[in-house]
Amino acid sequence: MKPFAFDRPASREQARALGAEEGTAFIAGGTNLLDLMKLEVMAPERLVDITRLDMGAISATPEGGLEIGALVTNADLAADARIRRDYPVLARALLAGASGQLRNKATTGGNLLQRTRCYYFYDTAMACNKRRPGSGCAARGGATRLHAVLGTSPQCIASHPSDMAVALRALDARVVVERAAGGTEVMELGEFYRLPGTRPERETRLEAGDLVTAVRLPPPVGGKQSYRKVRDRASYAFALVSLAAVLELRDRRIVRADLAWGGLAPMPWRDPAVEEMLLGAAPDPALFGRAADRLLARAEGQGGNDFKIPLARRLLLATLTQATEETA
Amino acid sequence: MIGHRKMDAPDSEGRLDEMAQGVLGGPLDRPEGPLKVTGRASYAAEWSVDGMAHGVLVRATIACGRIRGVDRDHAMALPGVLAVITDPRLLRNPAQGTLGHAPVQGPDRVFYFGQPIALVVAESFEEARHAAQNLRIDYVPERGGVFDAEDPAAEPERPEDGRYSQGDLESAMREAAFRVEGIWRTPGHNSAPMEPHASLASWEGERLTLRGSYQMLGHNRAELADSLGIAPENLRILAPYVGGGFGSKLGIAPEAVAAAVAARELRRPVRVVFARQQVFEAGMRRSETRQRLRLAADREGRLLGIGHEFLVSQLPDEPFSEPVGQATHFTYAAAHRLIAGEIARINRTCAGSVRAPGEAVGVTAFENAMDELAEAADLDPLELRLRNLPERDPETGKPFSSHKLAEALREGARLFGWDRRAARPGQRQEGEWLIGMGTAAAIRVNHLKESRARVTLLPDGAARVETDMTDIGTGTYAILTQIAAEMLGLSPERVSTQLGDTEFPRSSGSGGSWGAGSSGSSVYLACEALRGKLAEKLGCAERELTLKDGRAIAGNRAVALRELLDGAELSAQGHIEPGKVRKDVRNATYGAHFAEVAVSRITGETRVRRMTGVFAAGRILNEKTARSQCYGGMIFGIGMALTEELIHDARDGHIVNRDLAEYHLPVNLDVPQIEVSFLEERDPYANPMQAKGIGELGICGAAASVTNAIYNACGQRIRSYPATLDKVLAGLS
Repeated sequence: MKPFAFDRPASREQARALGAEEGTAFIAGGTNLLDLMKLEVMAPERLVDITRLDMGAISATPEGGLEIGALVTNADLAADARIRRDYPVLARALLAGASGQLRNKATTGGNLLQRTRCYYFYDTAMACNKRRPGSGCAARGGATRLHAVLGTSPQCIASHPSDMAVALRALDARVVVERAAGGTEVMELGEFYRLPGTRPERETRLEAGDLVTAVRLPPPVGGKQSYRKVRDRASYAFALVSLAAVLELRDRRIVRADLAWGGLAPMPWRDPAVEEMLLGAAPDPALFGRAADRLLARAEGQGGNDFKIPLARRLLLATLTQATEETA
Repeated sequence: MIGHRKMDAPDSEGRLDEMAQGVLGGPLDRPEGPLKVTGRASYAAEWSVDGMAHGVLVRATIACGRIRGVDRDHAMALPGVLAVITDPRLLRNPAQGTLGHAPVQGPDRVFYFGQPIALVVAESFEEARHAAQNLRIDYVPERGGVFDAEDPAAEPERPEDGRYSQGDLESAMREAAFRVEGIWRTPGHNSAPMEPHASLASWEGERLTLRGSYQMLGHNRAELADSLGIAPENLRILAPYVGGGFGSKLGIAPEAVAAAVAARELRRPVRVVFARQQVFEAGMRRSETRQRLRLAADREGRLLGIGHEFLVSQLPDEPFSEPVGQATHFTYAAAHRLIAGEIARINRTCAGSVRAPGEAVGVTAFENAMDELAEAADLDPLELRLRNLPERDPETGKPFSSHKLAEALREGARLFGWDRRAARPGQRQEGEWLIGMGTAAAIRVNHLKESRARVTLLPDGAARVETDMTDIGTGTYAILTQIAAEMLGLSPERVSTQLGDTEFPRSSGSGGSWGAGSSGSSVYLACEALRGKLAEKLGCAERELTLKDGRAIAGNRAVALRELLDGAELSAQGHIEPGKVRKDVRNATYGAHFAEVAVSRITGETRVRRMTGVFAAGRILNEKTARSQCYGGMIFGIGMALTEELIHDARDGHIVNRDLAEYHLPVNLDVPQIEVSFLEERDPYANPMQAKGIGELGICGAAASVTNAIYNACGQRIRSYPATLDKVLAGLS
């Protein structure tokens, strides 16, 4: 572990100011950052401990939704009665992630910002454009079981590991960011995350010193909510493919089809074109098949992860079939 | 005083059955358990001594080549760094189990990615790790590395002594009414002990004390002394608590030699602990296997021919190779037999003994093939096995010392409810889950090794057991305590068992399931000698002596041991040696696995819903620790079946998934209700206790019961382990 300085600011303003300095990282639960620091995959010069800042509450918003403080732990969030009642897909996604011990420490903000589990990102002896820009991508041509099939670039094929963020994306949650320079910005997850392109080291729109303070959930939408995570063991394994779905049927027509995917892409994935195909239509296996075609039209396997493409199809068909049969 | 027995003849007495205390065999809690669960049992890395420095091993990041030099000046300029050590005595490979001399040394030549090549020592662990991670190394890479045993360039060796041929398998295959032929593959495995390797070396003049985490201290002392070039008498190894071995700590590993060399050079104690990634890269792995199986059967499903040919991998110059066909030699009868192995010398982490080397993977693939044969012959898989059990060793004609496989299969079927299994795949469905049942035989060879112990009766009538035997989490403290308590008529609280110190009499060590039978027999023999002395004091024949609750009883006399000892200690050594019976009989342990699985017809995920194991291993010394051993084996079987796999990068052989997040051992949620049952058995050929080893039996064949159940559930055969969902999906519509 590289030696580092440690600060524990008393206010967000101080935190942002410290965070804006070169080589600084915020630390909250540390469940991912500390591992990466031990391996020197990440080697910040300074850690800014934000755990004492006042961002630990879940509160109602004027619009009828909830604002989840960035420091709310995954365990507390999953156990919150309002989340369990009104946003069950989020509670299920949280409980599908990591282990009980990790969820007790991991925070909402940290979960959004966790790094990929790409084996090559984790090994400093390997070329990795995300870890060392311009060094290449050893994952291509290597072991790719965990890797993305959508949204990749020649520079990076890593997948995003979060379960929570997948459910948040399905729920149209927005991330509240205090900019280092001042001012607050609220962005949807689709804007918050970046695809790798030629700059895979940049995973979000955050700039140095920007602080994620909260995540906002819109008012509850009801519907049939599910989170299905397919993985290599029953617990403590990252998603090979996961699907957060909020589906609603009215008069035998699909009126809501919010579908977000984990394990498929470098960010929680949502495809508006797929949802548009479903909206207003009557449930029908052929339609579901066409939706899967659309979702996966540009999917590209790397060999070790080819199975994700038919697996995602099966998951979509089963989820749509189950949800529409049960609510019909 | 020495109680000695060489097993030149079977035990004709079964004396343990005559003892009166009644503690042996019962579910005694581990005496050291409270220390472990309260953190007071100190493991090697938990020791801290004055002036201790910290060493971290540096890994090679090429797979093949040599090292011209390292940038010592750069490293030494980093904070806290005390030394950069590239001593030629540093180990390139860990020692194989029972090697007994220095393993391959010389870190300047690189044969595998992740090989230790240097040690950086610093004032703190963090400083040492930072400097190790940033050590600049001048490599001279070489071409010609081979990273896969199935690469034609590997040109595998075909050792003649590993080949057994009888009759004419080819014509048996031609003439068979039913046959199975196929290629099975199992991936590499890591032992994955919870406690990583750790060594703390302290010198006092010429004498070295090493606190380590090792399984076989007698051998380890010889290996480490030879590696360092010192006399074994000048080396003491302490390993009273070992947080799991599973083969990885049979022989000394690079951290022990590195700690000792550094401590000598710096004249202060040095501690070196493997990071989890180093347990994977610089420890041992079980070789991946490619197994060609051929079975030929007649109309009644009786085997005519058995072919088991296998390919495994290993580094150059290593004596060990995975003995895949070990149990195939004697499990089933067939006139025509071919069992042969090949070894490819490739540039991957050293292969060694991991959890039942041989049977864990060999029995598993074979029992899959038997399941396929049962289907071909339209027989219940249980019936097929029962029809093919041999009366005597099918190759040598020797009798079995004991053989309870048929009984285990029948009893397991009864406990499990095998009669509810659907004969054809895909018959049982619950929602999206397809339900299936599978069975497999469990077979593991049984060994006896030379072992010594000292047992001392203290003046107050309590007893002390001392041996350099280790408890690697298996329950050795408990069983040795029970054996002494039973023989000496003491409650277990009156027996103090001390292990893991090379100053104590040399034992078999823990490994190959032989620890309990071997070290237990040495304790038994020491106690038998003490009984003779006590009988003498009481003036009776040893046979007439009853020891119970701290009293010696003969005829109508009963005297407290304390009185009999009259203020003196009474001490005896026990010494067991293997003897001629080893050659007279085939000695092994047997069992049967039954598994029920659910396979998602949507995702191909498999969940094991329940498992039953029935095992026979001679006398069971402690019902609780024996059961826990079987649970552990069966759980590792679930891992082998469904999740465990070392993933090597094809381009340089490096292990890609080198932590416990990505190397998937089963977690709690993967493990269902498991039922373990023991068959009452005595094996007089095993040792004077008539007990056999049970540490590894539980894993042998367990994975096959799961994959056979997958087939019964959904109709997909698994010939390539593990049965990850993508392989299962291939067979689902």
